[in-house]
Amino acid sequence: MLSAREAAENARRQDVRNRWLLSAPSLLIIFFAAVGPLFVMLLYSVMAKGDYGDVKLWQFSADGWFGVFFQRDIFDDTLALNDAHVAIFARSVKLSLATTLITLLLGFPTAYFIATRSERSREIWLFLITIPFWTNLLIRTYAMQEVIRNEGVINTALLKLGLISAPVQMMYTDMGILFGMAYVYLPLMVLPLYASMERLDFRLVEAGYDLYATRLKVLWRIIIPMVKPGIIAGSILVFIPSLGAYVTPRVLGGGKNMMLGNLIELQFGQGRNWPLGAAISITLMAIVMVALLFYVRNASRPGARHG
Amino acid sequence: MGQLGVRERAILAAGQTAIEAKGVTKQFGAGQDAVKALDNVSVSIRENEFFTLLGPSGCGKTTLLRLIAGFDFPTDGEILLYGENIAPLPPYKRPVNTVFQSYALFPHMTVAQNIGFGLEMLGKPRAEIDRRVSQMLQLVRMEELANRRTSQISGGQQQRVALARALAPAPKVLLLDEPLSALDYKLRKDMQIELKRLQNETGITFIFVTHDQEEALTMSDRIAVMSKGKILQIGSPRDIYDRPSVRFVANFIGETNFLAGDVVSVEGASAQVRLASGGTIAAGLPEGLKPEGHVTVVVRPEHADLVKSGGTADLRGTLENIVYFGTDTHYYVKLDGGETFIIRQQNAHGGGAGHKPGDAVGVALEANSAQVVRD
Amino acid sequence: MASHFDVKRQRGFAAVAMVCFFLLYLPIATLVVFAFNAGSSLAVWEGVSLTWFMAAWNNSAVQEAAARSFAIAVIAATIATAAATMAALATTRTEPYRGLTFKYAFINQPLMVPEIVTAVALLIVFSRIKAWTGYSGLGFIVAAHTAFCIPFAYLPIRARLENMDLTLERAAADLYATPWRAFRRVTLPLLWPGILAGFMLAFVISLDDVVITEFVKSGGQDTLPTYMLGQLRRIVTPEINAISTIFLAISVLVVTLFFFISRRKV
Repeated sequence: MLSAREAAENARRQDVRNRWLLSAPSLLIIFFAAVGPLFVMLLYSVMAKGDYGDVKLWQFSADGWFGVFFQRDIFDDTLALNDAHVAIFARSVKLSLATTLITLLLGFPTAYFIATRSERSREIWLFLITIPFWTNLLIRTYAMQEVIRNEGVINTALLKLGLISAPVQMMYTDMGILFGMAYVYLPLMVLPLYASMERLDFRLVEAGYDLYATRLKVLWRIIIPMVKPGIIAGSILVFIPSLGAYVTPRVLGGGKNMMLGNLIELQFGQGRNWPLGAAISITLMAIVMVALLFYVRNASRPGARHG
Repeated sequence: MGQLGVRERAILAAGQTAIEAKGVTKQFGAGQDAVKALDNVSVSIRENEFFTLLGPSGCGKTTLLRLIAGFDFPTDGEILLYGENIAPLPPYKRPVNTVFQSYALFPHMTVAQNIGFGLEMLGKPRAEIDRRVSQMLQLVRMEELANRRTSQISGGQQQRVALARALAPAPKVLLLDEPLSALDYKLRKDMQIELKRLQNETGITFIFVTHDQEEALTMSDRIAVMSKGKILQIGSPRDIYDRPSVRFVANFIGETNFLAGDVVSVEGASAQVRLASGGTIAAGLPEGLKPEGHVTVVVRPEHADLVKSGGTADLRGTLENIVYFGTDTHYYVKLDGGETFIIRQQNAHGGGAGHKPGDAVGVALEANSAQVVRD
Repeated sequence: MASHFDVKRQRGFAAVAMVCFFLLYLPIATLVVFAFNAGSSLAVWEGVSLTWFMAAWNNSAVQEAAARSFAIAVIAATIATAAATMAALATTRTEPYRGLTFKYAFINQPLMVPEIVTAVALLIVFSRIKAWTGYSGLGFIVAAHTAFCIPFAYLPIRARLENMDLTLERAAADLYATPWRAFRRVTLPLLWPGILAGFMLAFVISLDDVVITEFVKSGGQDTLPTYMLGQLRRIVTPEINAISTIFLAISVLVVTLFFFISRRKV
């Protein structure tokens, strides 16, 4: 007969085995249709490009990676910085940072407003934020297009009021993309901000007022430091999808004002340069990983306060 | 006292051991972080007994209960149920049921479905389950609430359902893990009596875990006092209270005075001890202890009287403080040896002994009230 | 004048919040209103009519895309929810074991990578498989959707499991229920709201997807969102508004249900 110690050991081992079996379907599906392809893409980025898209299998070449930031002159074969690509990287980062800033400036007061309502009305306000969050991104982008295009609501209204004599061009500009991204990603900023504000201990705020702080100083010295994890989480949640945005710049930016997502698509479409597309994708992923790492490092130090 | 003794003798006569733990050790973690929740514990619990595991939180009492129930396996040792080692069996193969501290009633089932669950799992026919469920509902006086959801009944009623659910499969042993701790004072008192009644009516062995010494003293046939993974003393409530054998037991249960002294002579189960603060007294000895030299003697505050200094006094000192408690009065005496001695005296109507703080007083100990304890 | 000093008040915050809510709903409201426009303009109101809903309803391309979207979402969400339920059972309520952190990272991986990157990676692999096997059916879209639906289904199921009282299953085991019967009779019924919530999230996420579907689909496999994306390149009529409105209504309905289910206690 088994001793109790052996029985315990057996039970534990079987438990761990069962837990691997139970997670196997998820792990396999994600490996097959998410993680695995990323590794294949890494391989593709170091192969020679095929003539009609795809790659020449097992013909290795560094051209894909070179092409991310450089280009070879057609005539004298010298390397030069690829200005177009650099500009797209710069635009992507610039627009993503601007989107993060706008959503933070609008989202912070909104989250604060919701967090300071009564328990019941809080749920209703929160629900109003959640609805756009779960509404199709394409539909929201399209809705934004209807508002900002030349014949859209804003221009029509301004024209009728006589404030402008010709429509203000917003579609197919960086400004249009920025409006669109700020609009579609705003809920991503509000939700984590709200989550950290909901737990805010207002006795500390009372203590601040008791110690002669003005409203602005209480906001700056007490509330903001305490909800810093929420600010970081919200900023990361907005910055990362902005950087990889594809639908919004495609619809609102037209063909000219590309962001990284559109540049990648171009290489797999008309560009027929899959290794380059793969290399840009991996570069984008690397930037995202750095941002995530920054988040993890900051989130794991809850005691950290800015001074 | 007489009645309890009779019952105890009856149990002793019946004599069969229901549960026996043999050298049970339970270790959590490994290496340097290893913690022994139970350290080589042995105890046997008799059939039909109301047995209580008493101790502060973290003493290992709940761990021992979980090992008997099968939620954990011991690191070492055996647990015998009527002679058969059940330690390696999973909980669903043990004829032992538990009343959980949180009750753990299934929220998606009715009261009756909860009570019938165990019988259903045992594969009993529907008719038998129904019969047994209504019998159990009657036993805990809950007939009219059979079809309620468990979230729709009060805490005390949930407690009864948990009891009925655990008793329904007629287990050989019922384990109760601090089942009364979530109830308010009045309800707790009622349930103590109710539990005692249920045990008498069903004749099932109860193993009861609590940190509440009063609960343990009022309900148990025998008590095991535990600390730091070990059982320090096993005995009837009166044994444990009057004849504590270890300093921890004396301290944990009730209020106690500790006195330092030196052994003069030993005869049988009694020793002559010269106290640091006064005369020489006779003190009982715990089983198996043959003390020499320096010892600690304990005396309960209600087993001493305040007397005039000199004469019959066993101890001498100065009255420091008098605290009135309604039913009784506590006198704090600073002994000449430096220790503080507390005396508890019942208040007579209109009484007042006439002592004032600052008076030189003596303390007289009742015969057979002092006891030597192990440190 | 307030009767007390309100420590929670910050000047201007309520106003900004109101502006935010206005801005969030203005475009959506405009879109819905013009779906009912009698004329073909998206800016000039010409009276109420259901013309564009009828047009969308009778458009065979829309019908096909909608049916395809729905079928993909049902299948992908079902598989993802089943897999996520098992994974949640495997990764909660346990002492840490070797590989647990790996599992968390792996299951949440689809959330960490920009969609466009996953999309082109899938394009690379699936186009190769399509060439090798000659199969180019909806299976590829379903597989891709299932993968990114898993972390969404996993979230509420795991949350529910972690809040569940372990002693309930102990009590079942104590009352002679074998592990399987304890799971069937106690764990599963109590977990059910979480599973339902997970399914709904996965369903909406699959229904909404544009980017990955756009890159994985073969010819003639448009879903409703990719069909709409294609249409946006042309002259847009309120028909798109009508489709969007119906789409919106379905999303709102599912999310509302989710909201109530995930808050239910038992």
